Amino acid sequence: MLNQNPVWRYFLVVGILLLAFVYALPNLYPEDPALNISATRGGTVAEDVRSELEQAFAAAGIAAKSVELENGQVLARFNSTEEQLQAREIATQLLGSGYINALNLAPATPDWLNSIGASPMKLGLDLRGGVHFLMAVDMKAALDKNLNDMAQTFRLDLQAEKIRYRSTKVDLDRGQVQLTLRNVEDVALAEAALKKRDRELVFAPGNDELTVFVTISEIRLKEIREYALEQNITIIRNRVNEIGVAEPLVQRQGSDRIVVQLPGVQDTAQAKEILGATASLEFRLVDEDGDIGAALDGRVPPGAELYYTRDGRPVLLEKRVMLTGEHITGASSAYDEYSRPQVSIKLDAKGGSLLSTATKDAIGRRMASVFIEYKPGTEIAADGTPVLIKQQEVINDATIQARLGRDFRITGISSPGEAQNLATLLRAGALIAPIQIIEERTIGPSLGKENIELGVKAIQWGMVAVLIFMVIYYKAFGMIANIALVANLVLIVGVMSMIPGATLTLPGMAGIVLTVGMAVDANVLIFERIREEMTEGRSVQQAIHHGYDRAFATIADSNITTLLVALILFGVGTGPIKGFAVTLAIGILTSIFTAVVGTRLLVNLFWGGRRVQSLPI
Amino acid sequence: MQVFNFTQPLNFMRYKWVAIILSAILVLGSFVSIATKGINWGLDFTGGTVIEVGFAKPADLPAVRQTLTDVGYGDAVVQLFGTSRDVLIRIPLRTDVDQSTLGDSVIKALNSMQADAVTMRRIEFVGPSVGEELKQDGGLAMLVALIGILLYVSMRFEWRLSIGAVLSLFHDVIITMGLFSILQLEFDLTVLAAILALIGYSINDTIVVFDRIRESFRKLRDTSVSETINDAITSTLNRTVITSLTTVLVLVVLFYMGGALIHGFATALLFGIVIGTYSSIYVASAIAETLGISREDMLPPPPVEKEGENTDALM
Repeated sequence: MLNQNPVWRYFLVVGILLLAFVYALPNLYPEDPALNISATRGGTVAEDVRSELEQAFAAAGIAAKSVELENGQVLARFNSTEEQLQAREIATQLLGSGYINALNLAPATPDWLNSIGASPMKLGLDLRGGVHFLMAVDMKAALDKNLNDMAQTFRLDLQAEKIRYRSTKVDLDRGQVQLTLRNVEDVALAEAALKKRDRELVFAPGNDELTVFVTISEIRLKEIREYALEQNITIIRNRVNEIGVAEPLVQRQGSDRIVVQLPGVQDTAQAKEILGATASLEFRLVDEDGDIGAALDGRVPPGAELYYTRDGRPVLLEKRVMLTGEHITGASSAYDEYSRPQVSIKLDAKGGSLLSTATKDAIGRRMASVFIEYKPGTEIAADGTPVLIKQQEVINDATIQARLGRDFRITGISSPGEAQNLATLLRAGALIAPIQIIEERTIGPSLGKENIELGVKAIQWGMVAVLIFMVIYYKAFGMIANIALVANLVLIVGVMSMIPGATLTLPGMAGIVLTVGMAVDANVLIFERIREEMTEGRSVQQAIHHGYDRAFATIADSNITTLLVALILFGVGTGPIKGFAVTLAIGILTSIFTAVVGTRLLVNLFWGGRRVQSLPI
Repeated sequence: MQVFNFTQPLNFMRYKWVAIILSAILVLGSFVSIATKGINWGLDFTGGTVIEVGFAKPADLPAVRQTLTDVGYGDAVVQLFGTSRDVLIRIPLRTDVDQSTLGDSVIKALNSMQADAVTMRRIEFVGPSVGEELKQDGGLAMLVALIGILLYVSMRFEWRLSIGAVLSLFHDVIITMGLFSILQLEFDLTVLAAILALIGYSINDTIVVFDRIRESFRKLRDTSVSETINDAITSTLNRTVITSLTTVLVLVVLFYMGGALIHGFATALLFGIVIGTYSSIYVASAIAETLGISREDMLPPPPVEKEGENTDALM
């Protein structure tokens, strides 16, 4: 008999819908105003801090919904935003500067849903409010600096090789160094000597026989750009953590862009201040003769200054700065020959000679690296922005084993993680390419909320309009198409919640509304086909069978083409276009499933394999 | 219930030249308007700053303008946005002020002008290079999409149909952009998204008609090419109209309830879908017929009745 469902088909359809429904569920729960407390520099918060906070909240009369320790961070949920703000005050006073307090909206997903990894859809900034920055890294600055270093290196290298030259001129616009020698024989010699030291140099004959143009290879150029971008991303990540935002996003876009999204941040001035603040680095000798005890009592020896290490140990350093961070061109963590963690540091030519001179008479003494950063404090300046406070800490001190040059390494680091951390900080203090904000979007919280309400309302009423229309036009079959439509919506939400990268934005919501309108298309195609088959005189069962079969070929063809469009948009487009493409593609796939497989199941169930004379279509 | 119930196929192809000429005029008109009046590119494309503020009471626009002129933003465009309490301020790109602090200073100025503080709803700053790139990205996306469709349709159907499909898509996009140019509606990122969605919708529509044309060619043996196309269009007419109707229904809801930010999106799609429906019925098939499509081009390698049978397992 035609049009009967095998049992597995029920399991398949019901199973998929149930799965989507469960994963869509978290979206129904409201969000709690919450406070997210984490330790600075990626540390973890201890259990006693949690209980201390809990008691402090209770003492202030704030009834926290929960105060929990999760992944080394404390998450405290409250009943209202007033309590949330009050609680932040308390936490800031109680904990001090070692912790970051971020206001947050924590999804109130029940535990059983959390345990299967279900979470609500991620909302774009246009729906939740916050700041979006697009920053461009000034690659020209990075390349220019490199070119200047190159010229300086040439001078030193040629001197070392005893090749006499007339001049080294830097041409920033063309990205080359013009090297002029004194006699023709030296040209080849110089080329060979320089090439020996740096294989990535490219030589081209200059205007006369005494000159050569030196550029660097494409590979090296690419390396410099990559490095400048990565360096900036690392620094911005560190800074963003300082702002105290829950779920920030720092992401690279293209070859020289960085996207920063800070949900919930309203004060863009402060955010920009922090993101743009500069960090620097100084190398100084440790004053080992000075009396630390006396210094702690306020009697710092002349020529020295009192610093603290990250774990709070006091150190006396000489006032004289041996080298500043601007001369660092690279720092990476690695292992030495005994597989102990170490950090290798590369300096530019000038830095190399400076350090070489400074360490000549200092072998055996200790050298400290001081990291200097500006952070917004609690004090507010006249223009409403927080005053930046200079913070200095000693991130490392090591014994100088030999006279240091352009390449040196710091050994004796306790763990690979520590080495990595040190390398990151060294790079952060040596920012070689400045960044510029080229796009900024701030969405107020009220607008975000309004956008969600509008979007949800539009989806609801759009649905209702289509549902009514379908029932009037196709009667019982219209009802079946409607069930498929509702199931489709659940599927879209479920899939969007499941895919980690999918973010719901306002255009995305519009896309969903559109999908609702277009999703009935497959059913219209099928139902029209069934009607046609019946007017052509086929039996009811034949009409259903052929109607679905024939329509499917059309549905497949037309939707594959639309899917192709969605994929192309995803591949070519950026940001918002990509988001729209994701929603469109998900909508196409789910609507084929519900409109073809889902409705067939119901049609077969009600009318399939029975002796019916006509269909309510 | 049924919208149309024709016993005879309608003679669509009889008026194909009328349709082609009408479309040509519309496309040409759109081109002329885009070339002369230009497109009112939104912030996303031009760069600049847009500030949306909410007032507690209905806003006094002249006073807002005066305040802005006083602090040096005489070139700002001030208008209501959605409601009488929402004000949208646009400030073009300028080199003499730091764009990143502009939004904050405008809000400060507005706050000092009256007793009630304004609420910041939205500040958007887009640099000059970003807008230019978005134009290029959007244009590239459309171009690649059209080429992809051209290849897929000629592979799956026939090259004449493929050209018909792509030309009709191009037609839809240009005429929709023409409307935005003639009415000087703001063309922002959401409108770009709408046009991309329109390409998806319109190709869907066109393929449904093409599928039927192919089927009709295989089914009807002794009819002329134009009769076959007429038969195909007539038998899909119900579906074309119903689907467009449900989509339009939803878009009307979106237009009225989606808020001011979504207005451009809804307008572009509403208009685009009307144009797209017309073009999938007429333009695509008329072009294919004019290019000289024939039954031989559409005859399948496998026998006719087998179509769809291998898809059975999917349901």
